[in-house]
Amino acid sequence: MTLNAFWFVLVGVLLTGYAVLDGFDLGTGLLLLCAKGDHERRVFLNAIGPVWNGNEVWFVTGVGALFAAFPQVYATVMSGFYDLFMLVLTALIFRAAAIEFRGHRPGRCWRTAWDVAFAISSVLSAFLLGVAFGNVVWGIPLDSAREFQGNLITLLHPYALFTGFTTVVLFIMHANVYLVLKTDGPLQEKLMRWTTFTVPAYLACFVAFNAVTLFACAHIVAAIHERPLILGAIFVVGLLVTFNILREIWMRRPGPAFVSSCAALVLHLLLFGAAVYPNLVFSTPNHAYDLNIYNSASTEKTLGFMFVVAIFGVPIVLTYTITVYYVFRGKVILTEESY
Amino acid sequence: MNDDLSRIQFALTVSFHFLFPPMTIGLGVVLVVIQGLRLWTGKHLYLDMARFWTRVFGLFFAIGVATGIPMEFQFGTNWAHYARFVGDVFGSPLAIEGIYAFFLESGFLALLLFGWHKIGPRMHFFSTCMVALGASFSAIWILVANSWMQTPDGYHLVREVKVVADGKEYPMSADLGGESFTTREVPLPADYVVTREDVPHVRAVIDDFGMAILNRSTLARLCHTILACWMTGSFLVVAVSAWWLLQGRHVEFARTSLKIGLGVATLASLLQMVAADSTARGVSRNQPTKLAALEGLAASRKEAPMGVVGGVSWKRDAEGRIVGVEDNAIRIPGLLSVLVSGEFLHPVAASETEVQGLAQLPSDEFLRRRHPGASDVELANLRPQYWPNVPVVFQTYHLMISIGVALVGVVLLACVLWRSGKLWDAESKYVRAFLWLLVLTPVLSEIATQAGWYTAEMGRQPWVVYEVLKTGDAASAAVKAPQVLSSIILFSVVYLLLGVLFFGLLIRMIRKGPTTEAAGTDLPETWQPLSLKAGRQTEGQAP
Repeated sequence: MTLNAFWFVLVGVLLTGYAVLDGFDLGTGLLLLCAKGDHERRVFLNAIGPVWNGNEVWFVTGVGALFAAFPQVYATVMSGFYDLFMLVLTALIFRAAAIEFRGHRPGRCWRTAWDVAFAISSVLSAFLLGVAFGNVVWGIPLDSAREFQGNLITLLHPYALFTGFTTVVLFIMHANVYLVLKTDGPLQEKLMRWTTFTVPAYLACFVAFNAVTLFACAHIVAAIHERPLILGAIFVVGLLVTFNILREIWMRRPGPAFVSSCAALVLHLLLFGAAVYPNLVFSTPNHAYDLNIYNSASTEKTLGFMFVVAIFGVPIVLTYTITVYYVFRGKVILTEESY
Repeated sequence: MNDDLSRIQFALTVSFHFLFPPMTIGLGVVLVVIQGLRLWTGKHLYLDMARFWTRVFGLFFAIGVATGIPMEFQFGTNWAHYARFVGDVFGSPLAIEGIYAFFLESGFLALLLFGWHKIGPRMHFFSTCMVALGASFSAIWILVANSWMQTPDGYHLVREVKVVADGKEYPMSADLGGESFTTREVPLPADYVVTREDVPHVRAVIDDFGMAILNRSTLARLCHTILACWMTGSFLVVAVSAWWLLQGRHVEFARTSLKIGLGVATLASLLQMVAADSTARGVSRNQPTKLAALEGLAASRKEAPMGVVGGVSWKRDAEGRIVGVEDNAIRIPGLLSVLVSGEFLHPVAASETEVQGLAQLPSDEFLRRRHPGASDVELANLRPQYWPNVPVVFQTYHLMISIGVALVGVVLLACVLWRSGKLWDAESKYVRAFLWLLVLTPVLSEIATQAGWYTAEMGRQPWVVYEVLKTGDAASAAVKAPQVLSSIILFSVVYLLLGVLFFGLLIRMIRKGPTTEAAGTDLPETWQPLSLKAGRQTEGQAP
């Protein structure tokens, strides 16, 4: 494996880590509005309370790694998707403020206002990140200097919007399963009933999304012809794993259900990674300007140096993450320090 | 237009963000001290203090993180040319910051804020240390990145070219018709002058990470900034405590907090004098134009004076072009020469040190390389283009110094009053006035920190990478002015709302004060004071 491929995988791992971990944080946003009463809402918020901040670091670090390893992609995507990212950033700021400020005052209006802010900003972040993602698969118009030629409207085509929608549905399902894991009693029963809507909804979106991609994205179809076995296998396993969530919930095993949900997310992103490799950004209509892991990368020296940094750093990061999740395992208990 | 707006947006977002990290870095150190004392003595008062100051820390941290996220993106969104140009060098510290600092900080922060019921005191102390360490690590890597922009080192420039089948090279902008080509990067000479047209296809690539990371200015600037953070955070503890003393509330809690805060503040302030001095001397060596601008020094001279108050303004010719600076400042004769030489033991000899002024900076040789064939008169006319905004940086620089010196005086006086016991006499009107002064210290410290950062960044202009890449050439080509204007409005509204709410909640939290009634009985057995476990009531028990 070359260094360039290693960094493709590592940036992928960081962004997948973000989707798996912050996915349920973002999904909790919309579910929060479906919760009845302050106590239930607090349980939802404190299910993600100790971990959401650390989960967001995966995104920031993923973007940092993208900058270090593939600066051309970082510059092209960030400046090209300017309006999109400004909205994502505002939404992420609002989310952080909402969850922090909510608990500081007991008033009903105060709390409801922040709940709504939290829900809107969560859904908006998930949706816009999905739209950005959809555009990367679909391709964006680039010129010879790797500059994006277009505007916000260029980015809001139906395929991207559908990707955004799918992302929201995916995160809601993921959050639903996570909350089943973190609650008990009648609340857990209620959340389990919700999964009978959220999981099939995602399954439908997942299948529809893949079908649309198959018909509409010529460069993805080319990739499928190139490696049909790998992509086919990932797709089938992804589908089975998602079905398994329903089965585990039905057998009342929230732990394995959550693991399946995480696995489904990982497989979905793996499918994406395997379909685009070795490209990072498709340039449509002119594929001569595609950004791939070679023409957009930093020098071998930087990739090598950062390889060493990552080889030591990532295991340490995993240790913290596992420690924190281990300490906060089990059902949510509200204390004085809770949100 | 786009680059001017992007400057405004970057200044806005980074200034607002930079209100919070100094507090969390400084408070982190205070928390480590408090938790250490609690472990060492087992006194319950320290547990109450740890819980209260951790809540304050959490509030600052939340907003610091929320406003910090945009910083990681803006190099790409607004400064795409910059990102392409420096990505090979500059991206690494940002990624390292993410992997080694942010994860450390946020992971252990969860244990610090929410772990009271889940982990014991020792693990909690360890988490506090890790959060403080993580906060400092992030400061280290962002200063490494910034110092490389100030004193770039350990890199060379390359240009990307098109290569056709027979090996001939063409510039990237050349139209080769339908002929297929590959690209290749050719190294450029060390004294190569980057022009605006070059920017899309020229970039800096790394030679030596050691030199890029530990360049000439990194260490001094890092110490200077970290100490400023320690001062700011510990002054907050001092101020809140002083405020409670003025009101006669939580007296024992306030006194102990004040002592700890003052201890950290004194240590940091004294060390800061050394760090600040060496940072300024570093500027005089590495960026002489910047130093001349900060002091508004019109021409090179011996016995150069240092400004105290007043200002400098632009001197313009009949057509309104800038030709020099007009000095209206009150100055201490010879002090600048002494500070630049660093020979404090021989001030008279040291004052003979020549300090270069704006009339000679940047050097003729530097200007000739950029403007080949220009006459001496033309060179003199071109020179002001390479100066930062002297009237402004003079003010920010001297504001920082004045506040810094005043704060050193305040902490020393506070220490004297503390040792003599007079500080606790909250009836005396002189002591009350002094306590009010202490209440203002975090605001002063924040102002000085911001002013210092403005000095560092505005003093670097017109360069984004010092004497290599101009800020005006670094903005995104794909982004148009209306887009940046919209995002500025968006950020302004959000930050205004966030700022007002944050401040309201902070004041509320301080008003409410520590919760001592429960005396930590809600916490698991491991947290109970040793004395209580043995069934005795001791002085450590808060009333």
